[in-house]
Amino acid sequence: MATVATPSTGEAVRAEAVRRPPKKPWWRGKILPTYVVLVLIYLVTPILVMILYSFNQSHAKLPQVSFKWQGFTLHWYADVDGIPGLGHAFELTIILALLASITSAIIGTFLALALVRYRFRGKGATEQVMFLNIAAPEIVVGAALLSFFVILSSNIAILHSALHPGFFDLFLAHVAFCIAFVAITVRARLAGFDRSLEEAAQDLGANAWVTFQKVTLPIIWPGVLAGALMAFALSIDDFVISNFVAGNVETFPLWVYGIVHTGLPPQVFVLGTFIFIVGFGIAIGNLLMTQRKKKEKA
Amino acid sequence: MEQPVRADHGVAVRRKPKGRAGKRLAPYLLSLPGGFWLIVLFLIPLVMMLFFALETGDVLHGYQLTWNWGEFGQQLSLHKTEFLRSIWYAGAATIICLIVSFPLAYWIAFHGGKWKNFFLLMLLVPFFVSFIIRSLAWQFILSDQGIVLGTLKNLHLLPQNFHILATSTAVIAGIAYNYLPFTALPLYVAMERIDYRLIEAAGDLYSSRREAFMRVVFPLTIPGIFAAFLLTFVPAVGDYLNQQILGGVSNTMIGTIIQTDFLTTQDYPAAAALSAILLAGVLVLIFLYGRLLGSRTIEEYV
Repeated sequence: MATVATPSTGEAVRAEAVRRPPKKPWWRGKILPTYVVLVLIYLVTPILVMILYSFNQSHAKLPQVSFKWQGFTLHWYADVDGIPGLGHAFELTIILALLASITSAIIGTFLALALVRYRFRGKGATEQVMFLNIAAPEIVVGAALLSFFVILSSNIAILHSALHPGFFDLFLAHVAFCIAFVAITVRARLAGFDRSLEEAAQDLGANAWVTFQKVTLPIIWPGVLAGALMAFALSIDDFVISNFVAGNVETFPLWVYGIVHTGLPPQVFVLGTFIFIVGFGIAIGNLLMTQRKKKEKA
Repeated sequence: MEQPVRADHGVAVRRKPKGRAGKRLAPYLLSLPGGFWLIVLFLIPLVMMLFFALETGDVLHGYQLTWNWGEFGQQLSLHKTEFLRSIWYAGAATIICLIVSFPLAYWIAFHGGKWKNFFLLMLLVPFFVSFIIRSLAWQFILSDQGIVLGTLKNLHLLPQNFHILATSTAVIAGIAYNYLPFTALPLYVAMERIDYRLIEAAGDLYSSRREAFMRVVFPLTIPGIFAAFLLTFVPAVGDYLNQQILGGVSNTMIGTIIQTDFLTTQDYPAAAALSAILLAGVLVLIFLYGRLLGSRTIEEYV
């Protein structure tokens, strides 16, 4: 009965603290929220510009985004495949991101399981390497990978065709920079895991694989999915590392980079809008789902 | 971990020895693919890059390892300006990011209420659009006759020859925009952890709101500030896209030099030496951070 800090009294104290100063000027407590909204508008501005200009008409001979607003059109959406090379680059980026995110989600989840549940030789070292992998500037990682591929493919004949900069190198590189991010995401999810559920399954006669499949995986699944989505986002957006290891292969960001100096076709903004809508849609959906779950629990 | 064995639990008892051996091997099997991938495609390449820097030769005749340690000093003095400029741009952008994000993170952490997650998602919104398209959009917005400058010039609020693109300001602004979430999120994480009751306690002990902020909130966010600094400054210093799109030829950063040396002139040893120097600088920063605050903590902010 006489508990000192039950949540409700804490809440009451907090509410009182907020209510306490009655004589504050009208602008008190309005400046910060306004500021926050302004910063968020600033963050969204280039995205709105991208979406807006994907509807802008162009009277130039070549399809090229014009700085001036020349009227609304859906032409670029209908003609999204009208630029040679762009569609192919986009497709390649999506395939690469899918492969890299699935691979790194599996490998990263295993790594997270090992790191959370066991003490083993090399655990500290593994954590240090993961940390370095995340902290190192992308350009250094890209330069190192290019050095590696150049040295291997020029010195070892068998590896020449396999490791000559191209799609396979992109895949290897993308998985390499996604693993650590996935492992950290999944590890955060595993930290609050109730091990007694697994023990219960084993007491009921399930072997290690069945336990993993029927108990562990469903529980950590949201974490694995979050990690995979993160890897997908990292891969689809990667410019620097891809720039170094891609060779003649062009991903979507690399294609855009290549075209910048000759003039940007509006289709780039169309595809950018497409990626944004899908990604943002998934994120909002995820947010609403967790919100609803919270409500159900409450 | 020893599991309780019950005599009546035949299955469990029989499986036990195998389970034990499996348990000893399990962590190695689980971490094998990830560890292997990170060693072969991250650590070994870093070492190879170091060796590359010590080679001499050219593209046509190939490179030989001649332990040419002089390359480092030579490249450093050759590109001193670009190194210093990169540090200045990244540093300025990071400080802008810290100043802009601090009130932002503070408000979301303490007053976000049930909208907290929505605000955090809005912070991440830029990541749903390709890095390069974001920079291109800024190029659009800031272009000499674009939406902002064009309008201001038409109103005669700015001289006709005024421009932002191709200046240091544009590059710093571009970097600050693109890395703002990297600053805001660690700050938010640090503030979110502060127990609100501490601030109330300060108030109960007759501190003013300003004092409560300066003596309670601010000291507790210092680890977050360091993490935010590291997570913003390190990628920013190697960035070359913002400089190439928003800047001009007169404000080349070290990233562009490395990119050109590697991909255009194919002077591999020079490029490898430059990125090794960059890596060394970053390692010093990370080491200092680890010394001050422990190396594990930064992962919590990622």
